[in-house]
Amino acid sequence: MSIEHRDDTGARFGMWLFLYTEVILFSGLFILYAVSLARHPHEFAEASHKLNIYFGTVNTLVLLTSSLTIALAITAIQRNKIRQTIILSVITIVLAIVFLINKYFEWSAEIGHGIYPGSEHLAEMGPGITVFFNLYYFTAGLHGLHVLIGSSLIGVVAILVAKGKVTSDRYTLLENSALYWHLVDLVWIFLFPLYYLIL
Amino acid sequence: MTETTLTNKGFYTDSPRSGILGWLLSTDHKRIGIMYLCCILAMFIVAACLGLLIRLELIAPGVTIMKAQTYNATFTVHGIIMIFLFIIPSVPAAFGNLVLPIQLGARDVSFPKVNLLSWYCYVIGAILAVVAIFSGDGAPDTGWTFYVPFSTQTHTNVSLAALAAFMLGMSSILTGINFVTTIHRLRAKGMTWGRLPMFVWSLYATAWIQVLATPMLGITLVLVILERTFGAGLFDAARGGDPVMFQHLFWIYSHPAVYIMILPGMGVISEIIPTFARKPLFGYWAVAVSSLTIAFAGSLVWAHHMYTSGMSDFAILVFSFLTFIVAIPSAIKVFNWITTLYKGSIQLAPPMLFALGFIFNFSIGGLGGLALGAAAADIHLHDTYFVVGHFHYTMFGGLGFAFFAALHYWLPKYTGRMYNHRIAVIAFALLFVGFNVTYMAMQAVGIQGMPRRYYDYLPEFTTLNVVATLGSWVMAIGLIMMFYNLWRGVRKGAVVGNNPWGAATLEWQIPSPPPMDNFGPEDPVVTKGPYDFKGVVADEY
Amino acid sequence: MSAHEEHKHEPVPYRTFVLIWVALLILTVVTVVVSRIHLGALNIWVALVIASCKSSLVIFIFMHLKQESRLFKLGLLTLLVILAIFVGLTFTDILYR
Repeated sequence: MSIEHRDDTGARFGMWLFLYTEVILFSGLFILYAVSLARHPHEFAEASHKLNIYFGTVNTLVLLTSSLTIALAITAIQRNKIRQTIILSVITIVLAIVFLINKYFEWSAEIGHGIYPGSEHLAEMGPGITVFFNLYYFTAGLHGLHVLIGSSLIGVVAILVAKGKVTSDRYTLLENSALYWHLVDLVWIFLFPLYYLIL
Repeated sequence: MTETTLTNKGFYTDSPRSGILGWLLSTDHKRIGIMYLCCILAMFIVAACLGLLIRLELIAPGVTIMKAQTYNATFTVHGIIMIFLFIIPSVPAAFGNLVLPIQLGARDVSFPKVNLLSWYCYVIGAILAVVAIFSGDGAPDTGWTFYVPFSTQTHTNVSLAALAAFMLGMSSILTGINFVTTIHRLRAKGMTWGRLPMFVWSLYATAWIQVLATPMLGITLVLVILERTFGAGLFDAARGGDPVMFQHLFWIYSHPAVYIMILPGMGVISEIIPTFARKPLFGYWAVAVSSLTIAFAGSLVWAHHMYTSGMSDFAILVFSFLTFIVAIPSAIKVFNWITTLYKGSIQLAPPMLFALGFIFNFSIGGLGGLALGAAAADIHLHDTYFVVGHFHYTMFGGLGFAFFAALHYWLPKYTGRMYNHRIAVIAFALLFVGFNVTYMAMQAVGIQGMPRRYYDYLPEFTTLNVVATLGSWVMAIGLIMMFYNLWRGVRKGAVVGNNPWGAATLEWQIPSPPPMDNFGPEDPVVTKGPYDFKGVVADEY
Repeated sequence: MSAHEEHKHEPVPYRTFVLIWVALLILTVVTVVVSRIHLGALNIWVALVIASCKSSLVIFIFMHLKQESRLFKLGLLTLLVILAIFVGLTFTDILYR
């Protein structure tokens, strides 16, 4: 085994680097979006109107609030307020679940209307609308996967806090999970206006 | 009388867990490096055999030993294994892991468990690749570049192969994150940025590209898999997509990838030349900054792979111009290596021979790259054997030879034993001659117009193809000789001390093979530069 | 750099985070309202600028980048430059076909 060493700053720096890889991953989808928007501006507006702006806005507020709660959790553990840390982490996870439930209802409705990648109905609406929804589903889908991963990470770390393995002296795991969660929020901050709000 | 009993086996025996689990669950950078090295060598041999089969098919026009479909699968798998399972991980994952922490004066990398995870990602990727070749509708036949629309429509195992490449990309990303953090955070006392060995600088630049470019490959592969699964039409013009966008996304990674491939090799050369000229590297900061410049400039030029794709004339102009710029820092390195040799005390030991071979081969490859970078010339040369010659000169004649140089340089340190020099020199000569015969013939037949990825060709191309195939057999003999010599050296060679080459970097100040904790109980304190040979004496062996 | 000198960052007060959260909510409302006004080609750029402002608040305050060393901020700059290159150079093709 290797020599034990502790380097909290290094651990955070490594996490930031990992977050950059996630940004580049999503950037591929956003580049395709930019290209397609440039080519089909009117169809993108028309397609955007088919998305449910209420679900989108509520989900935006849900994620922003979850970013608040996990940020508060870091302060809580720095101040050795273990119970508060756990409660705030759990609220973050609950908000994540709310986000995913909203998504479930939103997508059920869309798919029920025959709008999903590869569907005949979508193809009939023309290339501009087709590419909008293809990119929407793939981007929001990949984002949803990250919501799942991020909230699971927070769940695991919350358990470690409860067990006393993550403490006010040693909380890098919680910090890094929070960083990952903020990235999930950041992706949505861009996804929301670009897909839901085109006029 | 040469010593043959290796009494102290360092990190091979000194481990908290014994047996096979002591290796498979080890988070020690040296054990992980050895595990990577074994896998990488195995993959190289498999892919090299596929290459020999390709050359056998091409010894005569028409069907020789395989039909068109098999040929397409063979060159595809040859490319996938060579690029993702050999070249990209070869120097960073094997030698980077073995050498980097020690050269920094550290005891391990910043994230040892992530390091082990990166090896498992590699192994999973390798297994998936093997499954992709032998199951279902068979090995992918798209070329390693997976261009749409063929890759989204062919029945072969493209999705599995794409998943394999995704796992291998994950492995590369984790290595990159580890190395950037390690170099920033774990340098020993006195190891300032200006005292870093050039190998470390090259790994640093490489690691940044691994972090920032590889995820683009990730999303591109995911999109191919999603397309094959849902048939959405993301790259289908009739449904609002653009097949050329696939090429943009693909090459945004795959061009910087070639710098992931070559930069660590250049780092190896920068270690070997000073040691075997017994002179400090000329232009330390120029070479260090050139590594960073190559990493940056390499992200500006990807669409020079796309001049004939249908993209805009303006883009062709921009990318051609930027491509000429990226040649400059590489040239700076070559000039500095040559100047290091000037008035040096040169020993033509095997590592040095491979390093000199690198400089020769890479220079030819680089100049060929300039010809291809010129858009007007590329219209004729694109997708011909000129391209195949170019990338084999840089990737095989360049990185391949650098990898062999690294083997000859560092295996004695990490095994404690020395191979036979005379056989190494003969093997090198066969390799060097065979290599240049094979690939110069390809450059020539490419200019004459022979397309790549064809199992058949016009009768007028026959002579050069025969020459290339004969050259490949000379290379094969050289490779067999080289590997046999290294293997015998590792098992039974003369035992070496700390510093058989008389080098000045930190790994040569500790036993061969190194102990598990690298430096013993005290952390090292660095007071000299990496190429300060004053008072450094080589151990006899 | 030795890994031995670790100075802990000061906890950010709850109040600060809540204030930033309120700012984020306000900016979200602004985004939605402005997006219902016809500004033509300008709409997308306004949306991106507001999203960038929101992101900056999340990155510097929620993610503590403000408290981290210069190295961390250089890393972010590197990422942004690379992104700009990828998008920008791709559009030398897309805009001129």
